[in-house]
Amino acid sequence: MEKWTKKDLLGLEELSREEIEHVLSTAESFKEVSTREIKKVPALRGKTVVNLFYEPSTRTRVSFEVAAKRLSADVINVAIETSSVKKGETLTDTGKNIEALKADIIVVRHSSSGAPAMLAESLKANVVNAGDGWHEHPTQALLDMFTLKEKIGRIQGLKVSIVGDIAHSRVARSNIWGLTKLGALVTVCAPKVLIPEGIEQMGVRVTHDIDQALKDADAVNVLRMQFERDESAAFPKQLEYFKTFGITSQRLKKLKKNIIVMHPGPINRGIEISSEVADGENSVILEQVTNGIAVRMAALFLVSNSQQE
Amino acid sequence: MSILIKQGRVIDPANKRDGVFDLLIEKGKIVKIEENITDSAQTVIKAQGKIVSPGLVDMHVHLREPGREDKETVSSGTLAAAKGGVTSVLAMPNTEPAIDSESIVNLLASIIKKDAKVKAYISAAITKGRDGKKITDFKNLKKAGAIAVSDDGCSVDSKTIMLKALEEAKKEDILVICHCEDHSLSKKGVMNKGFFSTKLGLCGISKESEYKMVARDIELAKKTGARIHIAHVSCKESVEIIAKAKAKGIRVSAETAPHYFSLIDESVSGYDTNMKMNPPLRGVADCQAIKKGLADGAIDAIASDHAPHTINEKAIEFDRAAFGVVGLETELAVAITELIDTGMLTWLQLIAKMSLNPSRILNLNQGSLGINSPADVIVISPDKEWVVEEENIISQSKNSSFLGKKLKGLIDYTICQGKIVYQSQ
Repeated sequence: MEKWTKKDLLGLEELSREEIEHVLSTAESFKEVSTREIKKVPALRGKTVVNLFYEPSTRTRVSFEVAAKRLSADVINVAIETSSVKKGETLTDTGKNIEALKADIIVVRHSSSGAPAMLAESLKANVVNAGDGWHEHPTQALLDMFTLKEKIGRIQGLKVSIVGDIAHSRVARSNIWGLTKLGALVTVCAPKVLIPEGIEQMGVRVTHDIDQALKDADAVNVLRMQFERDESAAFPKQLEYFKTFGITSQRLKKLKKNIIVMHPGPINRGIEISSEVADGENSVILEQVTNGIAVRMAALFLVSNSQQE
Repeated sequence: MSILIKQGRVIDPANKRDGVFDLLIEKGKIVKIEENITDSAQTVIKAQGKIVSPGLVDMHVHLREPGREDKETVSSGTLAAAKGGVTSVLAMPNTEPAIDSESIVNLLASIIKKDAKVKAYISAAITKGRDGKKITDFKNLKKAGAIAVSDDGCSVDSKTIMLKALEEAKKEDILVICHCEDHSLSKKGVMNKGFFSTKLGLCGISKESEYKMVARDIELAKKTGARIHIAHVSCKESVEIIAKAKAKGIRVSAETAPHYFSLIDESVSGYDTNMKMNPPLRGVADCQAIKKGLADGAIDAIASDHAPHTINEKAIEFDRAAFGVVGLETELAVAITELIDTGMLTWLQLIAKMSLNPSRILNLNQGSLGINSPADVIVISPDKEWVVEEENIISQSKNSSFLGKKLKGLIDYTICQGKIVYQSQ
């Protein structure tokens, strides 16, 4: 790839295969920084990164903060409670105010799908989507792919199953776009009520049978079940879910093969995944967290140095 | 005041007339239609190559007065109507406060008398405060001037209360306009449920939420014998249910809005809040079914569902933005572009859907160019192309789904009760 032209990183749907590969290879070169004694490079020295979070998040926010600091950027965290949005100023106004403080990059997490795109359109600052509604969470999918590539050496032809609440998951959507673009075969697995309409049109296979989903897979990405969301009576009960869809060592043993177990975190032990599996040898959950820093360093670096056509 | 319109192609479905004629208006009435009228007139309009038709009757318009004058007023809304060739509007009652008592009907009637540029009629609410609980006083609302009742924006959720309302409507002989939406199904939805809501990560509104309520209201109409009218039909199943009911002789009529036969849910991509309305834009098959329903008569009327909102309510996150789009100034052009140009409807059929039929549904003596009819007449340049831009929208709100789109067909003159209320530059 000659040059990076995207001002913002809003989702993987809008990225080409080459662009995704470019982020991953850029991340590879940044990974080493975190192993140094002085974990810092001057790539974004003098730049200001604002983490604008409208949803509570610890791990994504901290990961972006660490990534920005390892690039020597100045980081400011702004947390706004969604409940105060109604009374407060509009997202665009908030964005413009932050831009007026001469922020260079705004990392935004928002409960409304499309909010980062709206911000990106009205601002000159680079916008990085740290998760919007049920829409996309591009850096999470990129770090998942980075981890897979590191473990297996390729994405092309890999079989990846995504298990859990697909309907309400931005992680699932970004993974589907990214993995299919890079040539992986993706299966989504969940109870019927958690499979959104028309998902097959995104190029995935759908199953409601967890053993089937595991049998075929080189890797499984286990989504966090958010039972607190529970808006419909159709939502499965926790224990029932664990029995039918939980990733347990018994299930993995039956496979007689090695399968990589991923999870975007935070994990619910005993709900979507057993402790044994989460802490076991198949799990790459903590490596994902480490890789998240390299991937986010790459994302911040690339948008900051973008050359728009 | 006399107006002579020369040599236009007169389209008059009430009298099954489609041909080149001269038309003479005197004292607010149509006095002559002949091949060549030689009488002198104060104003002569040369209409060669143009269409001359009855003024449009738009039975679904939110004028927002009283209470939301920041979005639209009777004055600005009826001016927009005139620009769109609409000479009669039915004002919906979801104002603040709702039109749910005689005194508020009287208030709105007095504003209309003072400010309206075209004829404006009033629909009152079915229930007090449109909350679906207590039925309003149909008898006295009708006496005060309301010509229909509707809780538009919401369904009357309770079947018992809707049944009671229809019994009362039958007794008082007043039309009930049904907004069909089962809230327990549509819930927090913001766009059509399907592949595109999945892709965009937006909460979907299923078609069931609409057509199940259409079926319920038709069942109640059958039971009570009341006249009902289904507002803003958006999906295939609703069209089918309505067609079946009509075949059985149930007293039901239906309307759709231009966006449902011209746009689909894919248009929401990019989170364009001017593509957000309720019911939502549906899929390709629905869009085709709506056109077919217009052609075969399942759908009687086209109405704009003109729903002005301020930029503050639209230039925000998609899921928080207000439902609804403006439509008075674009409805005819969208219909010409999508229905006439494609051969779906003839001019006679289209003008019937936009004037004669809604007039009949509302029991108004309009939509006709017969001798002695009220002179509500429009002159249309059917082939003139134009691009919808914020600058050329005169409604107070600019939330049009068609911004940036090229449409065909422009109004040259709108004549209401014998007076020119709009003339293009």
